[in-house]
Amino acid sequence: MSRTLTSRAVAAAAAATLAVGLTACGGTTKGSDSGSAPGGTAAAATADPNAALREGLKVAFLPKQLNNPYTDIEVGGGKTALDELKGEYKLVGPNDASASSQVSYINTLIQQQQDVIAVAANDPNAVCPSLNQARAAGIKVVSFDSDAAKDCRDAFVNQATTQGIGDKLVEMTKELAGGSGEIAILSATPNATNQNAWIEVVKTALAKPENAGLKLVKIAYGNDDDQKSFQEAQGLLQSYPNLEVIVSPTTVGIAAAARYVSSSSYKGKVAITGLGTPNAMREYVKNGTATKFALWNPADIGYLAAYAGVALKSGQITGKQGEKFKAGKLGEYTIGADGEIVLGPPTVFDAANIDQFDF
Amino acid sequence: MTALDTAPAPVRVTSGASWWSSVVRARELGIVLALVALVGCTTVANPRFLSGQSIRDILLGTSILAVLAVGQAVVIITRNIDLSVGAVLGLSAFTVGSLVQDNPGLPVVVALLAGLAVGGVCGLVNAVLVRYGQVPALVVTLGTLYAYRGATYLWAGGQQITADELPRDFLGFADASLLGVPWLVVIAVVVIVAAGVLLRNYRLGRELYAMGSSPEAATLVGIKVGRNTLVAFATSGALAGLAGVLFAVRFGTVDAAAGTGYELNVVAAAVVGGVAVFGGSGTVWGAALGALLLTTIGNSLAVLDIDQFWQQAIVGALILLAIAVDRLVALRTARALKTRALKTRALKKGGSHVD
Repeated sequence: MSRTLTSRAVAAAAAATLAVGLTACGGTTKGSDSGSAPGGTAAAATADPNAALREGLKVAFLPKQLNNPYTDIEVGGGKTALDELKGEYKLVGPNDASASSQVSYINTLIQQQQDVIAVAANDPNAVCPSLNQARAAGIKVVSFDSDAAKDCRDAFVNQATTQGIGDKLVEMTKELAGGSGEIAILSATPNATNQNAWIEVVKTALAKPENAGLKLVKIAYGNDDDQKSFQEAQGLLQSYPNLEVIVSPTTVGIAAAARYVSSSSYKGKVAITGLGTPNAMREYVKNGTATKFALWNPADIGYLAAYAGVALKSGQITGKQGEKFKAGKLGEYTIGADGEIVLGPPTVFDAANIDQFDF
Repeated sequence: MTALDTAPAPVRVTSGASWWSSVVRARELGIVLALVALVGCTTVANPRFLSGQSIRDILLGTSILAVLAVGQAVVIITRNIDLSVGAVLGLSAFTVGSLVQDNPGLPVVVALLAGLAVGGVCGLVNAVLVRYGQVPALVVTLGTLYAYRGATYLWAGGQQITADELPRDFLGFADASLLGVPWLVVIAVVVIVAAGVLLRNYRLGRELYAMGSSPEAATLVGIKVGRNTLVAFATSGALAGLAGVLFAVRFGTVDAAAGTGYELNVVAAAVVGGVAVFGGSGTVWGAALGALLLTTIGNSLAVLDIDQFWQQAIVGALILLAIAVDRLVALRTARALKTRALKTRALKKGGSHVD
């Protein structure tokens, strides 16, 4: 599951970066009065914040691929939301996450006259023509997790911003290192977009005077492979005996590093943190190898996407920046630039709360 | 001269065999020397590389690859190849993981046997397809590589077996040791010694070499090629299954993707260890040494702070070197045999033409 999580996150981070870049462009070329509506065809409609959420809407989830644990949890959140909203939940999707595999599913969903399509795009552009056909047919399109090009969807539910994740990593690392000491990063592959974006944020934060005590000694790459991550964790500990914290922003890396440290003589001497799933890390949190780590809750992504979709179809929002809507238990959200809705800061897991999560 | 070339060479088998075994020994000596040089250089750069923890890590890392490489060597010696081992490892790891997850009290021995059984069945399927389908092993095992992996995905879906779901005894097996030697290493050594002795001293083992040297000749002299093929593939499969259990024990996290891509590492270990891809030569000791060398390279590059891209390049260079040595040895053997044939011939001629 974690292997696909990374690639998923790559796309998401890339999309986030894209969105940030586009926002910057929009700021220079457009006046604030235009509102920079990315909704395209939907921009003509005006939002009625008081519109009631409609019941019985047909919402179809089209994840990157089926039979993927991470995806299953995401769309499971969507189903929960639709149970609350009394909507009709449907799940379709390809068995492979290739660029073009989602197109035929979108066409079928158009014929079935769904009200909302929630899609995690395998390729931002490949799905575009079909999604725009869907929107022309009155279907609202919400992308989640991995964005479609911004002019072919109404809103995008982003699990977290690059900045938010990077800041959280630094915050946890600093706390575990006791404010100062040597730290190392165990990443996935050297060319993983999201990993590198987060590492950049971490580096920027470490350059600040208040983090002067933290010294990043090495960035190692475990390729999201258990054996390789073991070897790299071992190399780090041998090369840097004073290492305080290993930060691994990848679910395979953090679990492998924790497993390695907990079964070696380094246990108790070095702290492990980063991004991981509660199930994979539970054992190591309980045996004290990793006291805290973070991740967004995938179920919340699907949940928020379902609420956003229903709010769009009900006319409560149109996808314009600044519009607000309520997403059940998650509370109120404000749409950001380019129709982006950010789930929020990653959830931090520790011994106190880890048993409340099962994914 | 043409008559000389076609004349059968009366080479004494004993001298040929001892000469050959010395070459093989020299080949293994080469790996040992490379290993010593590697460890030496790395230790100079970072003395902690020879610490107890580090040696333990290298041996633990090697144990899984070595078990796989032994099975692969047995198959390659018969002039076949088993590319499905990574998928068999994954299937076995997930099967055993689920088994111990549902039966927390299960002894580790039962888990190991279950792994062997799952792998053995997979290996037998390979063998039947190769033997009775008359399809090259490369194609069959490439197919079953995807088939077994597909079956694992179908069964596991996105499910992941994590460390907290595995019983403490099972995970603890990774840290447990016999007289200070971790159990994983003990198991690997037992596998290597058993396979090594079988191949060297037993009729079955010699027949496997004969099959690899010349399948036609092996059939003609009455070797049960079909049965032996089944044995070779079942061995490789069973050992891949065993490696799956070791994988689950060591890494503690198993999903359907466990062991993806391992098959190429395993073939590399065997080839670097001097097991000729055209069959008929090489030893499981060599394959195990190859596994040790590859694992040590991985660990040492991490310690030496060398870019990981180099690691793949180095493994690739080693494979090419091994194949070059193979070729060189083959040429030298051919020349040696020819020279000896010439000498024998010349002696005979000399004797018969004395007036």
